[in-house]
Amino acid sequence: MAQKKISIRIDGELVPALEGKTILEVARGAGRRIPSLCHMDGLKDVGACRLCIVALNGGRLVPACTTPVQEGLAVTTNSPEIAAYRRMIVELLLVERNHVCSVCVSNGHCELQSLATSLGVTSVRFRYRYPSLPLDLSQERFVLDHNRCILCSRCIRVCAEVEGAHVWDMMGRGIHSRVISELDQPWGEASTCTNCGKCVQACPTGAMAEKGWAVEEMVKRTAQVAGAAVRKGVSL
Amino acid sequence: MSKLKLATVWLDGCSGCHMSLLDLDEGILTVAQQADLVYSPLVDATEFPAGVDVTLVEGAVSSQEDLSKLQTIRARTRLLVSLGDCAVTANVPSMRNTIPVQKLLQFIYVAGADVNPAVPTQGVPALLPQARPLHDYVKVDFHLPGCPPRPDAILALLSAVLEGRAPKLPAVKFG
Repeated sequence: MAQKKISIRIDGELVPALEGKTILEVARGAGRRIPSLCHMDGLKDVGACRLCIVALNGGRLVPACTTPVQEGLAVTTNSPEIAAYRRMIVELLLVERNHVCSVCVSNGHCELQSLATSLGVTSVRFRYRYPSLPLDLSQERFVLDHNRCILCSRCIRVCAEVEGAHVWDMMGRGIHSRVISELDQPWGEASTCTNCGKCVQACPTGAMAEKGWAVEEMVKRTAQVAGAAVRKGVSL
Repeated sequence: MSKLKLATVWLDGCSGCHMSLLDLDEGILTVAQQADLVYSPLVDATEFPAGVDVTLVEGAVSSQEDLSKLQTIRARTRLLVSLGDCAVTANVPSMRNTIPVQKLLQFIYVAGADVNPAVPTQGVPALLPQARPLHDYVKVDFHLPGCPPRPDAILALLSAVLEGRAPKLPAVKFG
């Protein structure tokens, strides 16, 4: 069945949209810039990071990635209030774990870092937690550093939805949540892992990386993996 | 008009931020015309003077000595600048923060020593439980992140504060 054509207002401008699409898809399609971290083209959206919040009809804030468009909807993609919340979210992500950028393989190629920069973060107002978190070096080709994980779950989704292996999952709740392979085994002992590395390329930070790179050297091929995800979605 | 008083301080950092400061090229001549460097690892003064206009602080607060220095600096400075990632986020020095201090010292100076295994106690300041950014302890007026901060960003900040303008910094990478 053909999708119904509707129109919504984005920042006051009338934009055509197809029913069933999300606000994020429609807004980005219309050339609007909305920051996001947990969204990756081709993967199911979960609304985990909350960076893509937009205001509906001038009031309620919702994540654009999980909110479908509706006829007559008016969306505000940015405002001082929205910008302040986005900045706060980034600052909270930075204090939650140990993101020591200067010694990270992804320094300079990190989505969290570039978001912080583009939102004008020059210091973090909250107290750093400095939690003690493990590093999983058991996999032959890749490393998982929980210190740099922001729990976006892109690794979990790309593995389950695109590779079809579903090695990864999330354990625990709230601030104690942690990405685990299989039933919390070391990655190197995960028998379902195909060694494909899609999780690594989908990871927005230095939490997952290829072994052998030094500081600033790990450039993720996120666009290629997202492309594969989109094509797979189309063929279904 | 008398020259402004500028100071720079090196706490728990690698001095890379000071290297970046020295890398201002000809910009350093402009700064020298506007300000006197009254206290710094680059000059001889032994005591932090009173009435300093601008102080750039490099490094995290890691020891009791760092903390008391910082408190003196804050009391005697009009504008305090966190210079670089260690001052802004505690950066590399913070990587010890998950390990209790005594365990850390034992590991490095006893278990890891080839000769004279002993935790040093003479002539070295006591470590604080964690290395922390400056603004955990004192009010910071400006933050200039970077590892090290770019020389053009340092110059933009210095020129503005020395001329009494609100600094308009180039977009600097955070962390």
